[in-house]
Amino acid sequence: MSKKKRKSLFAYIGVGIVAILVILPFAWMLVSAFKSQRELFAYPPTFFPIEWKVENFIEAASRGSISFWQMFLNTMKIAVPSTVFNIIFSSLAGYAFARLRFPFRDTVFMCFIAAMMVPFAITLIPRFLLFKDLGFYDTYVPLIIPIMFGTPFSIFLTRQFFMTLPKELEEAAIVDGCSHVRIWWQIFMPLCKPIIATLSVFQFQSSYNDFMGPVIYIASDAKFTVQMGLSSFRNSFTSRYDLIMAGSILALIPVVILFICCQKYIVRGIAMSGMKG
Amino acid sequence: MKNKKNSRQGLTLKQKEALTGYIFIALPLVSLIIMMYYPIIRSFFISFFDWNLLQEPTFIGVENYKTLFNDEVFRTSLANTIKWVLIYVPMSVISSFLLALLLDRKLKGAGFFRTLYYLPVVCPIVVVALLFVWIYNTDYGILNFILKKLFDIDPVGWLTDSRFSLFSIAVMSVWKWAGYNMLIFLSALQGIDENLYEAAAIDGITPWTKLTKIKIPLVMPSIYFVMLTAVIDAFQMFTEIFIMTKGGPGYSTYTVSYYLWSNAFEYSKMGYACAMAAVMFVIILAVTLIQNKIMNKKVQYDA
Repeated sequence: MSKKKRKSLFAYIGVGIVAILVILPFAWMLVSAFKSQRELFAYPPTFFPIEWKVENFIEAASRGSISFWQMFLNTMKIAVPSTVFNIIFSSLAGYAFARLRFPFRDTVFMCFIAAMMVPFAITLIPRFLLFKDLGFYDTYVPLIIPIMFGTPFSIFLTRQFFMTLPKELEEAAIVDGCSHVRIWWQIFMPLCKPIIATLSVFQFQSSYNDFMGPVIYIASDAKFTVQMGLSSFRNSFTSRYDLIMAGSILALIPVVILFICCQKYIVRGIAMSGMKG
Repeated sequence: MKNKKNSRQGLTLKQKEALTGYIFIALPLVSLIIMMYYPIIRSFFISFFDWNLLQEPTFIGVENYKTLFNDEVFRTSLANTIKWVLIYVPMSVISSFLLALLLDRKLKGAGFFRTLYYLPVVCPIVVVALLFVWIYNTDYGILNFILKKLFDIDPVGWLTDSRFSLFSIAVMSVWKWAGYNMLIFLSALQGIDENLYEAAAIDGITPWTKLTKIKIPLVMPSIYFVMLTAVIDAFQMFTEIFIMTKGGPGYSTYTVSYYLWSNAFEYSKMGYACAMAAVMFVIILAVTLIQNKIMNKKVQYDA
């Protein structure tokens, strides 16, 4: 075997071992979800279930304090408006920071950038008190409002992207008396579909996966999000790992679908957020 | 509406542009002030009060901070956070860097493997935590079974033994985040100028020298970035702890965030929790500044 071939063989072995290490926990989750309770705790454990209990999924979906579907809808009520409005407001601000001249522009922009480094813990309690005083405890408002009007990260990313577009793009439009809103919406936004896709995926994921937010603000069972519901499984079905794993798989499905459809954008997002540091 | 339009017509083009700019950033700016800057200031303010939400807050000066520095649990939480960084960062940086090296070559299916390795990153942390609770289960967990079969190791209480709990969570985090850090390293590695390698090949350097003298120095900024993120995340680690151990056994997995959360939302000690947040804020700020300084030096060095 040539040296080159041997080297790539080693690389394949390495890559394969890591792949197995990544897949195994998922595989274990999947087979556990299909096992009967007796088999789950059998010794020695079997890998594949002897009888595949599909009922576990039905039970996991319906036995919580509210149905899984309802939890999913609740999560959407947070994730969708957060994502959509975040992108609109962030890209508008990003446009202003990239293209318009106004006094204190760079200072204000620095204030946004600085906010990216602030740990959430410092804003946690005053935000909680504020929303509670306004009567928004146990509503989705505290989970949507801080995100929907634009976040520093999204503003930063859209601004960076807009800066790379050539100036000539809007100059003709301005001469024609086109308003900036139209330039933003009809020229810039269509051009930055990739960055919008990246941001949507990120924002959606972070809303969907958020756990601490709902734990702090949501009290009634009927308003549980997927992540909260899943974590409450642990308390209500102690050691029913079959159901916990089945529920986990249900919670994973939307994320995995999104990931497979949009992985191109996710990878790009990493490259750009890495740039930030 | 009509009035506004009339007054706008009187503006010069420059003023109009400035006005548009302010309108475009207005809502994000208001949101930034109300959701970020005002809470930061109020958090410091509250930290000087004793406040349980039921009674009126009473001003107690720096009493919360004094209590904090004598609080055994807080010190343990801080120590745990440092311990976590010391366990997690080397494991994570080394494994993700090795992964990136592995994939930084012409390999059939490299794209597939990259996607696969990235899968744990997009998984909700709640799902990953529950999965590892099951894998780590002392009596029925698959990990202990495998260890028993292969190495005849007696069951280990991965999450129930205070000697292992922090380490076990760190291993899970490496599993979850390796794909993310790998991508950062990979994009840095792929950004290295091919000419450098060619020049090196002409000089006939060994792969080891190529790694230590070219790759690692040029990827250094990314390594700093990953380390900085890991340190900041360590202070903010909450969900893993909440799901997996609730800080236990004993106080072995209490992190600063978890202790802060339990003070604020379990014991309603708002002032005390805010003092904790303030300390955390200062520490994270210091870490960021130090790391930025190192990084700037490195970047200049590269150029």
